[in-house]
Amino acid sequence: MELTGADIFVRCLAEEGVEFVFGYPGGAVLPIYDALYQQDKVQHILVRHEQAATHAADGYARATGKPGVVLVTSGPGATNAVTGIATAYMDSIPMVAFTGQVPTAMIGNDAFQEVDNVGITRPCVKHNFLVKDVNDLAETIKKAFYIATTGRPGPVVVDIPKDISTHKAPYKYPRRISMRSYNPVTRGHPRQIKKAIELMLSAKRPMLYTGGGVVLSNASKPLTEFARKLGYPITNTLMGLGAYPATDRQFLGMLGMHGTYEANMAMHNCDVLIAIGARFDDRVVGNVEKFCPTARIIHIDIDPASISKTVKVDVPIVGPVDQVLKEMLKLLKETSDTPDATAMQAWWKQIEEWRAMDCLKYTQDDEVIKPQYVVESLYKVTGGGAYVTSDVGQHQMFAAQFYKFDQPNRWINSGGLGTMGFGFPAAMGVQFAFPDETVACITGEGSIQMCIQELSTCRQYSLPIKIINLNNGYLGMVRQWQEFFYQGRYAMSYMESLPDFVKLAESYGHVGMQITRPADVEGALKEAMAMKDRLVFMDFLTDKTENVYPMVPAGAGQNEMILV
Amino acid sequence: MRHIISILMENESGALSRVAGLFSARGYNIESLTVATTEDPSLSRMTLVTSGTEDIIEQITKQLNKLIDVVKLMDMYECAHIEREMMLIKVRASDAGRDEVKRLAEIYRGRIIDVTSNLFTIELTGTSDKLDSFVEVLEPSDIIEVVRSGVMGIARGEKALRV
Repeated sequence: MELTGADIFVRCLAEEGVEFVFGYPGGAVLPIYDALYQQDKVQHILVRHEQAATHAADGYARATGKPGVVLVTSGPGATNAVTGIATAYMDSIPMVAFTGQVPTAMIGNDAFQEVDNVGITRPCVKHNFLVKDVNDLAETIKKAFYIATTGRPGPVVVDIPKDISTHKAPYKYPRRISMRSYNPVTRGHPRQIKKAIELMLSAKRPMLYTGGGVVLSNASKPLTEFARKLGYPITNTLMGLGAYPATDRQFLGMLGMHGTYEANMAMHNCDVLIAIGARFDDRVVGNVEKFCPTARIIHIDIDPASISKTVKVDVPIVGPVDQVLKEMLKLLKETSDTPDATAMQAWWKQIEEWRAMDCLKYTQDDEVIKPQYVVESLYKVTGGGAYVTSDVGQHQMFAAQFYKFDQPNRWINSGGLGTMGFGFPAAMGVQFAFPDETVACITGEGSIQMCIQELSTCRQYSLPIKIINLNNGYLGMVRQWQEFFYQGRYAMSYMESLPDFVKLAESYGHVGMQITRPADVEGALKEAMAMKDRLVFMDFLTDKTENVYPMVPAGAGQNEMILV
Repeated sequence: MRHIISILMENESGALSRVAGLFSARGYNIESLTVATTEDPSLSRMTLVTSGTEDIIEQITKQLNKLIDVVKLMDMYECAHIEREMMLIKVRASDAGRDEVKRLAEIYRGRIIDVTSNLFTIELTGTSDKLDSFVEVLEPSDIIEVVRSGVMGIARGEKALRV
């Protein structure tokens, strides 16, 4: 049976089980939109800016583990999507982004709305394709999903010229695909795994450091069992929060630049570091020279290029985190060796002393709302069970520090690229995936304005997102750095001419609230959460000069923290 | 240290720019790069000369392997290998200098492939060092044009880079 490219496209998406396509129409994708219009298997979600389409697809992917799908037109449609594609790339999020392209005959002629999509996205995708023959379309789409979701996941762009959508070809969707040039590792090396077990059982001061790879690999369960079996202290990166229950005694909080004192000190002083699905990011490591000076390092990662990229490791294991952890658990159960109980007692005693510093403490007075207090109250009011997205800046760090995630896939933020404007559209993607769950977007008055147009999308689809705007009138993290490192010269970090967020929300048909007194925080949150079917924009006027502590300044060692 | 990395990749449009883009994005340097299809038209073979510390070379090979279009690669410095580069060089050769240039070309086992009354064009093959050395022995003002192919490499003996 012969079908047009556009019909093939829609069939392929249905075959892949795609529920939602986040996108925005335009000239080059009109045939595809026409095909989407005439079917009901795949639901298209119309955003108000292509960047939001990518973030929404990304949020959907992070919350569900399934690939997010984007459809945008050529030229500006594609370039607007680049920020979101790069965001997904940096955090290894499975995504397939379809971009329209001018007809093949016009490629290279500087045609209307033409841009070299494959060229522009090349450095920020796992792979990309330009479809030049409609006969290749189905297989290319299959490949795109395969590449995006296997190995170390990531975004894949498929650029489809307009004439490819209208040409006809016999339709056959390949069930399976194999590529001679792409064979992701499916298991860790048994000898390396055995070596790692021996090393970790010989530790006197062990430390588990786990990242987003655990969430992506769906390995939260084996990780939790593994950590409990060993009884070792564990820290999560910003991307890894929720992979290990934050309320558990063994959990030392997040590590890194704004990590806890106990997590960073335990990292600095450990003798065996077990890094799992983490990539030794500069915001974690600080100064490489001063990083974990006494530790031998085990590193489990699906991506060989992540191993020994910044920090030399002693026992590398390339493999999927869940498979390797399960294998390790099996070995741990078989062996008669156990962790050194005496050493562990001393190590935990030391850690408890660090923990007693209570590095996240703050004082909430009766006058000015502390941002930390809002996040803590949100945690309390939602019982810790909400999906929380965030934008980028101080509010992101407060959210990471004070909302205790006990489950994976609940904490959704742009860790790698640090994309302001991410949180709100990402929350839309999560809410589409889980219409009955509470989805809160913790943001600031700077970030929210970067994708605020999506209030309109939320109205169209009745998305009851709860926006927690920590409004301090400053680009808080920029202001904090200027206070610490630029002698208080606050260049462009003050937000003037802010809108009345309450009226703004109302003008889109949502509920707006402004909260100015600490005493009203909890009540307002309860009231908002009770409005199950409404988007509530909560504008919290918070302390203008609050800083995020502790802080490891860029270039310092993990033990060189600025405390309150 | 200088490394010769041979890469077999899918003969797709844009494959070359993926490699070139990787090098510029990550700040690695490329000394030379040469690419052509192999006996299997679906495969291209690229030879790339780069330099860096062992850690950087390790990252380069890992990052190259990560490219979806890369099927296989080999760092020639990990095995006995032969490297060759070809140069075409146009040299002024008139009067007394004519014999001198001819003699030098013979010493370097070069072939004169084009002649005019006051020019020789010489074809020379060898390691990059040998080609450098030939350029150095010529009088700089006599050199009109130099074209070099970039380095190619192949492992000695049974070892081979193939699918």
